[in-house]
Amino acid sequence: MEELKISSETIQFIVLRVGDEQYGIDIKYVDNIIHMSSITRVPKVASYVKGVINVRGEVIPVMDIRIKMGLPEAEYTKDSRIVIIKSEQQGFVGLIVDAVKEVVTLEVDGIEKMAYDRNGKDMFVTGVGKHQGALISLLDLNEVLAE
Amino acid sequence: MDVSQYLEIFLDETREHLQSLNTEILNLEQDPENEDTINEIFRAAHSLKGMAGTMGYKRMQTLTHDMENVFSEVRNGTIKIKSHMIDILFQCLDALEEYTTNIQENSDEGTNDNEALIKLLNDCLKPDGAAAEEEPAESSSSSEASAPAASGESKWNDIPLDEAQKHVINEAIKQGKKVYGITVKVQESCILKAARAFLVFKAVEELGEILISAPSAQDIEDEKFELDFTIVVITDAALDRIIADIKSVSEIEEAVGAEMEAFESVKEAQVEEKETSAEPPAKKAETKAPTKAAAPAPVAGGAKQEKKAGAKAVGNRTVRVDIEKLDVLMNLVSELIIAKNSLVSASAQNGGESNAAVGSQIEYLENVTTSLHESVMKVRMVPIESVLNKFPRMIRDLTKKLDKKMELHMSGEETELDRTVVDEIGDPLMHLLRNSADHGLESAEVRAERGKPEVGSIYLDAYQDGNNVIIEVRDDGNGIDVEKVRDKAIERGTVTPEQAMNMSDKEIIDLLFLPSFSTAKEVTDVSGRGVGLDVVKSKIEMLGGEVEVKTRLGEGSTWTIRLPLTLAIIQALMVEVGGEKYAISLNSVTTLENIAPSDVKLVQSEEVIHLRGSVIQLIRLNEVLDIESTRKEGENMIVAIVKKGDKLAGLVVDKLMGQQEIVIKSLGKFIGKSRLISGATILGDGEVALILDANVLI
Repeated sequence: MEELKISSETIQFIVLRVGDEQYGIDIKYVDNIIHMSSITRVPKVASYVKGVINVRGEVIPVMDIRIKMGLPEAEYTKDSRIVIIKSEQQGFVGLIVDAVKEVVTLEVDGIEKMAYDRNGKDMFVTGVGKHQGALISLLDLNEVLAE
Repeated sequence: MDVSQYLEIFLDETREHLQSLNTEILNLEQDPENEDTINEIFRAAHSLKGMAGTMGYKRMQTLTHDMENVFSEVRNGTIKIKSHMIDILFQCLDALEEYTTNIQENSDEGTNDNEALIKLLNDCLKPDGAAAEEEPAESSSSSEASAPAASGESKWNDIPLDEAQKHVINEAIKQGKKVYGITVKVQESCILKAARAFLVFKAVEELGEILISAPSAQDIEDEKFELDFTIVVITDAALDRIIADIKSVSEIEEAVGAEMEAFESVKEAQVEEKETSAEPPAKKAETKAPTKAAAPAPVAGGAKQEKKAGAKAVGNRTVRVDIEKLDVLMNLVSELIIAKNSLVSASAQNGGESNAAVGSQIEYLENVTTSLHESVMKVRMVPIESVLNKFPRMIRDLTKKLDKKMELHMSGEETELDRTVVDEIGDPLMHLLRNSADHGLESAEVRAERGKPEVGSIYLDAYQDGNNVIIEVRDDGNGIDVEKVRDKAIERGTVTPEQAMNMSDKEIIDLLFLPSFSTAKEVTDVSGRGVGLDVVKSKIEMLGGEVEVKTRLGEGSTWTIRLPLTLAIIQALMVEVGGEKYAISLNSVTTLENIAPSDVKLVQSEEVIHLRGSVIQLIRLNEVLDIESTRKEGENMIVAIVKKGDKLAGLVVDKLMGQQEIVIKSLGKFIGKSRLISGATILGDGEVALILDANVLI
């Protein structure tokens, strides 16, 4: 019992799929997950910014996380979702992901921190957690949302 | 007494009085003999004192009391205004401001007694002869005027007392307590007489016991009395203390009273009669003194009444509303308009027979929502005056501090802006004015050398321009030395020397708006701490406005702030470009034209059209927006002519969709302020359309 208590500090993550990999976002930053809806293109912005959408009367910018990570652009499917993130610096931002899978609870002690020098798509990852034998890369939202 | 519920009103009113004091004392400096100004100052100081007293802020009360004394003397002509007095008075205002701020923050005035100031004030009273001898310690006014009004006011003698009450009075006197009859008169202009009377009762009850009042307490509470009421008080306190406390209640014109003697007719009292009757001569004298002291009040009150009656007539028709409530109201109106737009598009899709009836109802609904929006906007609009008011004083202080001669000329104080904007615009304007005073204007010697008038001028002009309000801060000083800025930027490492050489003058000047960029050679406490222009810029942009500067070396600079009049809802022209919907503020659109491709001419490889005698540049929106036009080759073009100031341009669109009232939403920080797109709106069908800023395109 005692040991359980010590290691019981946990964080809940929403697990999503981008390409072939699984990524996790700390659930406390997630405001909402919605189906793809019609996106209004905004001219003259970075290519990963797909435009803006209307979520319950608010205009929220959305970005395609594939493009941001340098992956090839893909058609949106019925599994595609927009994860609405609430960030202190940027306000609400929607992330387009290939699919949202589940919510998992990871123990903090079980998360492996990433090495300091990150590059490529790894630069968006702070650590790696394990859940039922599968690896989940935990996203650094500050990096994802940075310009 | 619980006064917390009045705190808001107290703070508001105090600020207003302080502002008017500031303005009037400035006027007084120009025209020290002006009686109206002196009266106005006296009244404001008097009201402040009364308010502070009612709220129990003793230090504030003491200070205003002494200020009032000085003005009372000035008014009577016993002392003259001198320039050092003006300085002292301004210091007093600053001290009062400090009290007010303390009160706002901690509901407490703080512990600064400002004794030095009070001493200075009292010193003002001294050198001018006889008046100074009369120390204005407790009596609210120390004038020597005789007491004409007093005799008619001694109504306490007429109070009907029954035997029991007489007995109580006699008993009290026997115990060494004092019994006073006091008649209180409220101002004619007073609206809440009962409330004032209540405050008087409260004040008196803190010092003693009210035996009886005429009319009865119940009648007074029901406001069943004319202008005065009389009370009989049993207390240990001195009469003038009570009178002073009564007078500290605002809108009390006058309070007079005298000590009452024991009643002889009461039999039980006869034994003590000898004792009491021995005192009368002494008491008579006592009675006279306070009456005399109280007498000048009617003079003050009378003057006060005239002006106040005029001001009240307007004042009474207003209601103070918390700005947050208006925000909620505004948001609801926005929601209503979005809902209405949905209804419009839903009914357009449906078709069918009922359409005509629904259509006319929707049209009616549209009219109502539009008027509702306009009304709410108007409610939120306040004149910019409240912000500009404090600047003359600031410039005066800067004149002394910087030892430069300057004058501030303001116009357009009545220009109205949304309350939120007015609240926020004060600091940026103050920065710009200080900037002009400190960096802009040269010293008198330099000005003389350059053949400029010795006194530098700073102009602040506010005016409305279409859907915007423009505020210009202009000075006839040195202007911005672009080369100096360039050197500084290189020195600071803001830009490399190569970059700096390739930058235009305008780009260099824009560097001034970067954080921590100050070109002042010395850091003064007026400006030049490097926190200024970047804050100005970010604040104005936060309000949806923009700021730009034009400057000519040696001739001066002009800072132009452009602010949107409305923050939330605009009338827009909806257009389609390449299948996408865009909104253009109807305010910038002048006409819509149908242009044949053959009418398009090339001038310096730019496309232009001739329209009613003017040459207008064409802007193909599809190119600006990076999208394929849906218009077929050779078809006529639909052109919306937009204007910015005197400049015109033609925006080529694919399709017109009509006019619509739209609610402006921010694109969110993530996308940031795209120059081209000023915001977004949600259409009736739930889709998002972007709002094009025509001003940027021209």
